[in-house]
Amino acid sequence: MVTEDIYNKEYDVIIVGGGVTGAGTARDCALRGLSVLLVERNDYSTGATGRNHGLMHSGARYAVTDGESARECISENMILRRIARHCVEETDGLFITLPEDDLAYQRTFVEACQSAGIRADIIDPEEARRIEPAVNPDLIGAVRIPDASIDPFRLTIANLLDARMHGAEALNHHEVEGLILNQGRVEGVKLFNKLKGEHVEVRGRVVVNAAGIWGQRIAEMAGCKISMFPARGALLIFGHRVNQMVINRCRKPANADILVPDDTVCVIGTTSDRIPIETVDDMRVTREEVDILLKEGIKLAPSLATTRVIRAYAGVRPLVASDDDPSGRSISRGIVCLDHAKRDGVEGFITITGGKMMTYRLMGEIATNAVCAKLGNTAACVTAAQPLPGSEEGAPSQSDLTKRYSFGQRAAIGRHGSLAARIEKDNDIDNALVCECEGVTVGEIKYAVQQLHVHNLVNLRRRTRVGMGTCQGKLCSCRAASLMGEMSHDVKRAQQDLASFLDERWKGMRPVAWGDTLREAQLTAAIYEGLCGLDMAVNTQGKEDQQ
Amino acid sequence: MAERMQLCNISVNNFEQCTKCSICTTVCPVAAVTTDYPGPKQAGPDGERYRLKDPAYYDKMLKLCLNCKRCEVACPSDVHIADIIQRARMSASEGKRASLRDTMLANTDLLGTMANLVAPVANATLGLKPTKLVMDSIMAIDKHRTFPAYSRQKFTTWFKRNAAKEQDAYAHHVSYFHGCYVNYNFPKLGQDLVKLMNAIGYGVHLLDKEQCCGVALIANGLYKQARRQGQTNITSIRKSVNDDHRQVITTSSSCTFNLRDEYPAMLDIDNKDVRDGISLATRFIYNLVDDGKVKLVFKQDYKRRLAYHTACHMQRMGWQLFSIELLRMIPGLDLVELEQNCCGISGTYGFKKENYERSQAIGSILFKDIADAQVEAVTTDCETCKWQIEMSTGLPVENPISVLADALDVEATRQANNIN
Repeated sequence: MVTEDIYNKEYDVIIVGGGVTGAGTARDCALRGLSVLLVERNDYSTGATGRNHGLMHSGARYAVTDGESARECISENMILRRIARHCVEETDGLFITLPEDDLAYQRTFVEACQSAGIRADIIDPEEARRIEPAVNPDLIGAVRIPDASIDPFRLTIANLLDARMHGAEALNHHEVEGLILNQGRVEGVKLFNKLKGEHVEVRGRVVVNAAGIWGQRIAEMAGCKISMFPARGALLIFGHRVNQMVINRCRKPANADILVPDDTVCVIGTTSDRIPIETVDDMRVTREEVDILLKEGIKLAPSLATTRVIRAYAGVRPLVASDDDPSGRSISRGIVCLDHAKRDGVEGFITITGGKMMTYRLMGEIATNAVCAKLGNTAACVTAAQPLPGSEEGAPSQSDLTKRYSFGQRAAIGRHGSLAARIEKDNDIDNALVCECEGVTVGEIKYAVQQLHVHNLVNLRRRTRVGMGTCQGKLCSCRAASLMGEMSHDVKRAQQDLASFLDERWKGMRPVAWGDTLREAQLTAAIYEGLCGLDMAVNTQGKEDQQ
Repeated sequence: MAERMQLCNISVNNFEQCTKCSICTTVCPVAAVTTDYPGPKQAGPDGERYRLKDPAYYDKMLKLCLNCKRCEVACPSDVHIADIIQRARMSASEGKRASLRDTMLANTDLLGTMANLVAPVANATLGLKPTKLVMDSIMAIDKHRTFPAYSRQKFTTWFKRNAAKEQDAYAHHVSYFHGCYVNYNFPKLGQDLVKLMNAIGYGVHLLDKEQCCGVALIANGLYKQARRQGQTNITSIRKSVNDDHRQVITTSSSCTFNLRDEYPAMLDIDNKDVRDGISLATRFIYNLVDDGKVKLVFKQDYKRRLAYHTACHMQRMGWQLFSIELLRMIPGLDLVELEQNCCGISGTYGFKKENYERSQAIGSILFKDIADAQVEAVTTDCETCKWQIEMSTGLPVENPISVLADALDVEATRQANNIN
């Protein structure tokens, strides 16, 4: 459907926020037969969704301190293994006790896990070293728990795809500037289309605020007050996997105590700092954060001390103040769903917040229940049983790979599951690799651009992993930009896009720019600036455009 | 930052040092002739990240790698690209048996031992058209290929009967790792070496126990056997170098490279203590001449025009200069130094039917250069390059040691080095 038609429809529900919670809510609403529009100011999964560990918690981390969250986690963990198979890698995890930790905590931990229904097996340190050779060999205790690795970008897109297949619409790069208010009712959203610079209004019977940490601002637009407590966490990405299992510290949660194998890389994190709400858009990682992450990280896996760090990033946990605490200081750990009609006297407006990526589906279910109650819809939630697109039976298998170029095809199956069947692979061009680090083919890029809401290279990266490898876009970004330029017939825009993509890659490399990562970045700069004159081309073009 | 942390990145075969510059892919002789092969960067460091995630990401096309190591020579970051690829092939082949054809091609010494016994028959039979067709269709050994002729007498037999007893008389001593080719196919090269070494005052000795170096075993996936044989060889070499203080010299660049570099990289055989004691004969002699320790005198009437071809493993060691400079000492020799291009045979690779066309396509640049050079023969340090160039250009190919021995004025050289 063309964008104008999307604007002109009236929806049962408009969801604000394209993180995994918004996408999960959109899916649930669409599956229950509601007409849905989801709007996202940047790209899908740019906020907290795309800025975490990619850890599919078993709940063990919360077992001792927060039994309710632990139970929610393990229950959702088991559901995601079924419905989101292609986004999940069943790695299992270890909670290790180091000599400086109290081994007595292990007992407390295991008991708490068991009472939350989480499998927790104490294993011999020798066995731990055998099943996970990267683990700190000095460990004195280990517990095996059902942690796993999950790809939040894929998960979000799979939810959106399913929503779309059930009639939903979704718009990225559309920022909510205000809400349409009429006599104490929210009747829609005022949007700014950032791609075209247009202002539009779209009407809906219920608006769901699923904007995460930015939800405080959305609520203010309806005159409602929510107190968010942004908690910032920084993480580091290493160039390749050193571990095959999630490694956690068996102690009270602290800095940098989780190492997760994510696709081709591994990620250590996080730090945790409360920050003022005004600074939530500043995602720069500091030197101190990098130091803490490395210093603590090597205690989990010593080889991290000599493994290339390719990138640093930070995210903000959307923690929210408990409504039942008049001081506003106590933080709610669980899922918070606010019906602003009851709470603030504003009809047609619901906020879903708190929670975690792990519980996105449950949050979607709770929010959709609230929407359905308002709209008189009685359909039951089926999201826990129905597999997401890509996770259905019948993913292309080994025998579907062509003899040549199997690498990119296999990588694509890893990313898109059964939907990889939609990627063209009948000729040499479609099979040619655009991103060699991550095995992304021309065919996969065409598929992503045509089907997965790709407007720029950053969008494309989140859909396909283009530019996420160790060269951080050195070889692939130019090829991908050229393909997108061809497809859109807009070479100028593709060139601008290429420049801003490379800038975006450099931002994440900068806090860790030493050794091989620095060499890599310098070669990239030499190629694009020195050899190709990209900065000059883009600057001159900018001046021409101004004239 | 914490002490000693992140000072350097350490990864197996330096794969983390890859900056994706792609120079390796531009020099890969296989990638130049076929799109079937993903190229060294993709097959090596790029693929490795995925194989670390899941070994199932192994790409079967990696078997097209020649292991010529030209990628490693070109790499500005010292990534052991070919080693990464060979290691990946090794892990992927674990638990699988090599085919009869590959086992036969790989066991150069076993085949040699049997063939020597019946050399005339074997040579005649292997050359017959029906035999070739049978090998082509049943064994998948390409019909265009001719097996190198087998000698009636092994080099070691000749040596023991004709040369062994006089070697102790010399003032200096070396051990000779002759390799399968000299032993079974071409004892003359070994004889040339003995002649040359004796002329400069060096006695030549066999190792206590020498087995095939295993280069073909590695290429054909018979790693266990290669490791066993390698350990036997290193034990013998260790005795020679460390106990008898005799350096070990060879006349094959591939054997040398295998003994020195592939043993630790591919077979986990620790040879650190003897690696420097293993050298190619041309390098050994060049260094003696260069140090002023020996003199070479050549025949006055010697006159030839030859082209020197740098074998891939020679290039990897960076030793072609020793052979070239040594040959240049021959006054009557007009030596054309060919551009460094792979001949395409890569040991047993080009013998396989499925590789024949690719093998010839890879070599075509070299063959043209040789034709343009207008020479009477080609000289190179590798025996499989020899077979390939002889078959593809029709020109004879000689080892530099044979060229030197042929040009050498033995009597004058002995006198110049004060040998009676």
